[in-house]
Amino acid sequence: MTTFFQQLINGISIGSVYALMAVGYSLVYSIMNFSNFAHGGVIMLGAYMGFFALAVGNLPFPVAMILATLGSALLAIVLERIAYNPLRKRNAPYLYFIISAMGASIFLENLVIAIIGPNFKTYPKVFEKEPFLIGTLALGRLDVMMFIISAVSLTALLFIIEKTKTGMAIKATAYNLRASALMGVNTDHIIFIVFGLGGGLAGIAGVLFGMKYTVYPQIGFITTKAFIAAVFGGLGSLSGAVLGAILLGVIETITAGYFSSQLRDLIAFALLIFILVVRPMGIMGKQNEDKA
Amino acid sequence: MDWYYVEGILILSGINLLAVLGLSLLTGFTGLFSFGHAGFMAIGAYTTAFCTMTLGLNFYLALVIGGLMAGIMSLIIGKLTLNLKGDYFIIATLGFGEAIRLILDNMQYFGGARGWPGITNHTSLMNVIVINIIGIVILVNIISSKHGRNMKAIREEEMASNIIGIDVFKYKLKSLWISAMYAGVSGGLLAHYIGFLQPKMFQMIKSTELTIIVIFGGLGSVTGSVIGAIALTALPEVLRNVKEWRLVIYGATVVLIMITRPQGLMGGKEFRPIQYLKKWFGKKNKPTAEQEV
Repeated sequence: MTTFFQQLINGISIGSVYALMAVGYSLVYSIMNFSNFAHGGVIMLGAYMGFFALAVGNLPFPVAMILATLGSALLAIVLERIAYNPLRKRNAPYLYFIISAMGASIFLENLVIAIIGPNFKTYPKVFEKEPFLIGTLALGRLDVMMFIISAVSLTALLFIIEKTKTGMAIKATAYNLRASALMGVNTDHIIFIVFGLGGGLAGIAGVLFGMKYTVYPQIGFITTKAFIAAVFGGLGSLSGAVLGAILLGVIETITAGYFSSQLRDLIAFALLIFILVVRPMGIMGKQNEDKA
Repeated sequence: MDWYYVEGILILSGINLLAVLGLSLLTGFTGLFSFGHAGFMAIGAYTTAFCTMTLGLNFYLALVIGGLMAGIMSLIIGKLTLNLKGDYFIIATLGFGEAIRLILDNMQYFGGARGWPGITNHTSLMNVIVINIIGIVILVNIISSKHGRNMKAIREEEMASNIIGIDVFKYKLKSLWISAMYAGVSGGLLAHYIGFLQPKMFQMIKSTELTIIVIFGGLGSVTGSVIGAIALTALPEVLRNVKEWRLVIYGATVVLIMITRPQGLMGGKEFRPIQYLKKWFGKKNKPTAEQEV
């Protein structure tokens, strides 16, 4: 039973980081209606920014975290201006957005390989190794911090979306872009903010993943997990993305703990196909004729 | 540059081309995107290699079996997921492609993640060219048949085609099935050219590469796919002396094409030598085939 709870806790901790990625991805999807496959590139660069701030700049952890967050937000905004904005101006079909995102993702990944190199890099030690002990359960300090940082970031996002005027505009734009533009919402501005928010969360996720594992140019591949989580919870729904991400994290760690870690990714993809076949709108997704 | 090197690039272009032709039918003519065609290639590659190496079958028979196997898989996956729209279908194909790779990673019988070495070499420039010509002829005939016209109708306006009585699901499934068979045969050729199979060869990036070639050549143009496959397989080779920067250039080029010339190289037009000759030497004022696209 201890093992089960141990895996459950690890799963929730990993799942909360998946949630950071899935929310950013879902946010962009809800407004622009396309899968931002370049999200992984932003996460990867966020992880590198955090690494350089800590290992080369010798900055304290909170400063490094803020730098990586702002840097990733800026990167996501620039990416939107260069790769998506011209398409949006022309009302291009969403397929072009996806290909453009793919191109941007290949570009970012290989730019890092060309400039920094393909090697794995290990974050300097930020938190002590010895875990908190609650009875027989051992909570890794890093895992606890991952959960806390993710929860705080998600709460902040939720506050922006639910309580501020900008948030209301984001919700309106997600509901219907053209109508909210007619009602006086500056949709250009909203898309700018949404990419900034998504990019910032991606940066935080990148730093947390870098600390948990290592940093390498292909780390962006982890975003496929975010896609799965977002589909699992219902594309375009933020609370769904969070729930889907945490469930995915728990399912993964329990598979790895009880069966084999080799099967972990296979289970994740099998789950994806299963969800799409059985309930394409996801757990929390709204029934939408256009999408599913 | 010796001939052996050039021949190698041409064979690889030809192998890519065959998969791209299939994907061109699905993406360019039916309007469905797939990020899982590397999975169909993997099924074709492993099935073909199993038939020649373990069962000792003839290479061409094995290629047909490999193609059929990929086709059967596509029917199963298509039945399940073709009702999904837009991004949902793309994510489903992505999940399928990755699942196939992970299953192969765990199949110790085929060497698992370490790979399967020592597959005999049967692929030559000659048979790649012949198979590609057969592939192009079949594809062009499908596109200009009733089936192809229905697929194009679905690409343009799905709901309207449904209303005028086209069985949208059936034609989508057909398109996916044919494209998966092309990918399967292409995988079989690849296995018997490289002589070594590893699930890593069929990652999502391979599927993306195929889709990028189709877009680069121009959606809805077979000529574009042919030129795109040869140009984009050769491009990284030409850029080989800039080493790791070549994929950076590749990625930037893709974005640049999307924002400047999204209709691709050929933009839905075809190169039709016979009709050009007729146009230049024959009677004037006759409607030509290019206009219908």
